[in-house]
Amino acid sequence: MKAVYEGKGALFMDPDPDAAREHFRKKNREMTGKIMSVRDAVAKFVPDGCYVAIGGFGGVRVPVAAMHEIVRQRKKGLGLSGHTATHDFQILAAGECFDRCDVAYIVGLEARGVSKNARKYMESGKVKCAEWTNAGMAWRFKAASLGIPFLIGRQSLGADSIKWSASKIIECPYTGKQFATFPALYPDVAIIHVNDADIYGNSVIKGVSIADEDLARAAKHVIITCERIVDTEEFRKDPHQVMIPYFCVDAVCEIPYGGYPGNMPFEYFSDEAHLKEWLEIEEDAAAFKKFLDDNIYNVKDFGEYLERHGGIERMKELRKLEFITDAGFEA
Amino acid sequence: MTDYNSMELMICVAARFLENGASIVVGTGAPCAAAMLAQRTAAPDLLMLFEAGGIAPELPTMPVSVGDSRTTHRALMASSMTETMSLAARGMVDYAFLGGAQIDMFGNLNSTMIGDDYNRPKVRLPGSGGACDLATNCWRTIVITPHEKRRFAAKVDFVTSPGYLTGGNSRYEAGLPKGSGPYKIITNLAVMGFENPERRMEVESLHPGVTIEQVKENTGFELLVSKKMKATKPPDATQLKILREQVDPHRYIIGR
Repeated sequence: MKAVYEGKGALFMDPDPDAAREHFRKKNREMTGKIMSVRDAVAKFVPDGCYVAIGGFGGVRVPVAAMHEIVRQRKKGLGLSGHTATHDFQILAAGECFDRCDVAYIVGLEARGVSKNARKYMESGKVKCAEWTNAGMAWRFKAASLGIPFLIGRQSLGADSIKWSASKIIECPYTGKQFATFPALYPDVAIIHVNDADIYGNSVIKGVSIADEDLARAAKHVIITCERIVDTEEFRKDPHQVMIPYFCVDAVCEIPYGGYPGNMPFEYFSDEAHLKEWLEIEEDAAAFKKFLDDNIYNVKDFGEYLERHGGIERMKELRKLEFITDAGFEA
Repeated sequence: MTDYNSMELMICVAARFLENGASIVVGTGAPCAAAMLAQRTAAPDLLMLFEAGGIAPELPTMPVSVGDSRTTHRALMASSMTETMSLAARGMVDYAFLGGAQIDMFGNLNSTMIGDDYNRPKVRLPGSGGACDLATNCWRTIVITPHEKRRFAAKVDFVTSPGYLTGGNSRYEAGLPKGSGPYKIITNLAVMGFENPERRMEVESLHPGVTIEQVKENTGFELLVSKKMKATKPPDATQLKILREQVDPHRYIIGR
């Protein structure tokens, strides 16, 4: 099978399944307790220069506590998968933590507007990009999870993204039709926020899973942050709940409200007022610098950040908003 | 004569294009309002899908993200992006609503960047997200957009979501599914389609009080005019009542 067209964009990670197999061969299969602080997990599994993929989508079920920790530890030179990366992208761009990015959706926060600072960072020339699509990135994680070097699809055919990605166009050996290729993406580390996990990393996602089932299987290391730790017996009673099994996982961090100010399905709705504050303060560079000091750099942990934004009383309101569904998105 | 603003007009016009029993992937904002309005009027069995995985929700209010909890409120499934995108890939999605900073005469959309150097964009826009995926694989795409000369550009700076590419048969020669492509462009001035062999944008109906000259003045390329061009049917009282009281009571979208 030969390519009839080759994109000239960067391929940041090796799609060879055999290289990945060597890694997965050594991955721990024992039921080992993996509880650690998010500080330790980030220090251990997110070295400078590694390639990071973030779970969740569009400010929904995003591991915000881990994003803050990456910025606070001043990680640099990371690779990043930007598949509908919104507030997470905004945080990592504020820390200038990454210098290469597989783009599907970045700099925007959907209906909320665009992050001025993230846009400025992307226009600075400091970040090397390759251009993909949401389904393209989902296909890439799926290929990696299947242990194959690529999947094919029609998304991107005819689009300029194919010129600026590492996609190729091939002729299908069965139908003679043209398809675009989506090379397997094996991130060095995936960080995924979930509702429930046990101490070994078995994890339950309530609501939409987006691409996280495949992402957890594609990544060489997985950090799970969770709303709560539950007993393994809960899963043994009803095994279909677990979406990510323990042997994919390297670290489990219990961080209630760890997705704040994003929306955590079946837990709490997004804090639209605080997200708006982020967007607005970026208009003023000096004020934004102070804002980052006050909210990330000079804050000892995520709990202190939550306290700064209303603490448990505010969280109770957002919890109520999650279940009072005709309240609109004013918080 | 009922009073309405141009956002209400665009939403009501869009809603009428969605027939009962069709499936649609919706985004936030005006497209979502149009789909919700269609469900509450002529198309109760419109199958609503959200790209992050929400399938057939009973939306209580407008979502702020296409993955937020509202998109699975009383839904039949909370699935995944792979699930909804593969529905489109295998031909189960009839409609998708798209938008962009620029659109050309063949319905190609740009939501990636402004400028002529990909590596140093003048303005970096969010990118495809799921737009390219839907533009390539859904049967019909509909665009709701303000009618401005800078948006309706002779050439888009980046083809994020392919329309009819360079016209004629070129979309299908590039490998995209036969029978798929841009269907209607709905603006504050007119409705346009592509029902001609060149697959060029063609004015199909003018909104009340709008002249064809006005439409042409606000377009950066030469528009075709359908021989069957007619007047757009304005929103009716039932549509407006439902839109204002049920779909968007807080006027998040229609108040813009």
